Amino acid sequence: MNAVFDTPLYPYAWHADQDTLARHRVVIVGAGPVGLTLAIDLALQGVAVVVLDDNDRVSTGSRAICFAKRTLEILDRLGVAAPLTAKGVQWNKGRVFFGEREVYDFTLLAEDGHKQPAFINLQQYYLEAALVARAHAVGVQIRGGNRVIGVVSHDDHVALTVDTPDGPYPLEADWLVACDGARSPLRDMLGLAFEGRVFEDNFLIADVKMAADFPTERWFWFAPPFEGAGRSALLHKQPDDVWRIDFQLGWDIDRTAELDPVRIRTRVDAMLSSQTGAVPAYDLEWTSIYTFQCRRMEKFRHGRVLFAGDAAHQVSPFGARGANSGIQDADNLAWKLVLVLDGGRDDLLDTYAAEREFAADENILHSTRATDFLTPKTSMSQIFRDAVLDLAASHAFARPLVNSGRLSVPCIYPGLADGLAGPGLTRPGAACVDVAVDQGFLVEQLHGFCMLAINCDAPEALREAGVVARRVDLPMTDAVRARYLGDASAAIYLLRPDQHIVGRWPAYDEDALRAAMRAAIGKNEDAIEP
Amino acid sequence: MPLNLDPNIVDPDGFYDDLLAAHMGLSHAESDALNARLILILCNQIGDRDVIRAALRAAR
Ligand SMILES: Cc1cc2nc3c(=O)[nH]c(=O)nc-3n(C[C@H](O)[C@H](O)[C@H](O)COP(=O)(O)OP(=O)(O)OC[C@H]3O[C@@H](n4cnc5c(N)ncnc54)[C@H](O)[C@@H]3O)c2cc1C
Repeated sequence: MNAVFDTPLYPYAWHADQDTLARHRVVIVGAGPVGLTLAIDLALQGVAVVVLDDNDRVSTGSRAICFAKRTLEILDRLGVAAPLTAKGVQWNKGRVFFGEREVYDFTLLAEDGHKQPAFINLQQYYLEAALVARAHAVGVQIRGGNRVIGVVSHDDHVALTVDTPDGPYPLEADWLVACDGARSPLRDMLGLAFEGRVFEDNFLIADVKMAADFPTERWFWFAPPFEGAGRSALLHKQPDDVWRIDFQLGWDIDRTAELDPVRIRTRVDAMLSSQTGAVPAYDLEWTSIYTFQCRRMEKFRHGRVLFAGDAAHQVSPFGARGANSGIQDADNLAWKLVLVLDGGRDDLLDTYAAEREFAADENILHSTRATDFLTPKTSMSQIFRDAVLDLAASHAFARPLVNSGRLSVPCIYPGLADGLAGPGLTRPGAACVDVAVDQGFLVEQLHGFCMLAINCDAPEALREAGVVARRVDLPMTDAVRARYLGDASAAIYLLRPDQHIVGRWPAYDEDALRAAMRAAIGKNEDAIEP
Repeated sequence: MPLNLDPNIVDPDGFYDDLLAAHMGLSHAESDALNARLILILCNQIGDRDVIRAALRAAR
């Protein structure tokens, strides 16, 4: 067993709140990746937060293993990314097999001028351990052994009942954020639905530890040829010489029999020897069988209760969108909650819900498509699927159609006007795209609202409705031209604290920037504000 | 114009979705018939007999 997930990191301890009813500004339920990310972001902006978790340690087993660039950029802003990228595995060679045949291989080439890699492979427990350490360092209170067993939402606060080894106690919060995972007890206690599609399939995961010299490549089989391997199989490298192996077993299986280590070893042996001709020595570190769903809550905000992460939406694991998208929820919510706590209008939080519901739909669409490709539902979709794989062996055009999961990329929030008609990837709504700047990287320069000035005059800072946008100058490099200018010769971009682009213009236009800032902080109807 | 076997479809996943959606709810025989009609329509769009012959060879 691995020591990381056996060590209590936030053991239960009695707290004075258990004697005297306390009200906190923000209480977060769930110390998973999402709750901890949000807590750190709030704490760094001066908001004292309490995180309640029924457990006292990181999650068992590797769970999420693939963390995408946007996630790493968010974690870097919070001071957590460096140890993760140092530990994580970066791979760039993938092979796709169809039955006995290798259909094609690919090499992912990193684009220049990004501080963070396109993604890293890393066991979820390492991410959680790093988040716990950072949360403690910035003053977040994580109360382990605190299980929420009751919740009542009032107009001006939320009342909780929290069970502990010393018995239950009441606790109040101005705002409650439910990051309590896919089974979200808070969702159930509030009687809220979690609708969607259940896929009739079982996946066997085996984390295998091999000291042997084995290539750092991602291998994916459609219709794997090994004995009893199921409909697809995946081999993927993690740190510490651990390999994630996935077998898609189908619906009617005997779970106990499939988890028999002897049976698992037969499959793993066949897989590992298929390309190298020999079975290296290995240990089974962690095995599990899971089914999956694609579903989401209809609304992520219910008065003073906000839902984030798996509690709000669940996707199939193909495309690694669970933890990645949950961390983006936290990124979207934190700055808005800070503004509301500072006296802003609470309908700003409705934009959190609307934007992240939109993102959840996009993530569900991508993972549903990948799942449909992996498990064709009709004989005709099977015929097309197999035709794509056949053609992919000799014709490049078919390869983009092969879908074993698309890497998680941030969604582009809809509905924002574009005053520049510049490159599509940086249109309003998109997350900013990193580029190298004189002192390092663009993402390191961004704090709060920012104006990116490219070959254009702008004041040092612009103050509007209580928030300040600072100017950040971008140098005229080829990458800046490609990513931010297109055919334009100059531009100014307005970025929110979560680094999403609010608007862009060919020159500094004070009225337009002020209006965009007001819209971004939900103060559109300023005239009726006191 | 030679036969293009390089990627040429914008949003390949969306295209694939549309293709499968066109078959939704059809029996296998109905799906076969749809495919035949689709091939004929696309061949007419291409028009160029050399390109169609090259495509027939690539598919075989
Ligand atoms: C096999 C597998 C593979 C995956 N692979 C990937 C991947 O490669 N990439 C990716 O991005 N995602 C992946 N995921 C998904 C990822 O693990 C989840 O999306 C992620 O953990 C969600 O984080 P969270 O913080 O929302 O919830 P969780 O991590 O589930 O945390 C919820 C927390 O709430 C606590 N809690 C629950 N109820 C209560 C209560 N009543 N009171 C107090 N505390 C409570 C729990 O103890 C837990 O600590 C995978 C998942 C699985 C199962």
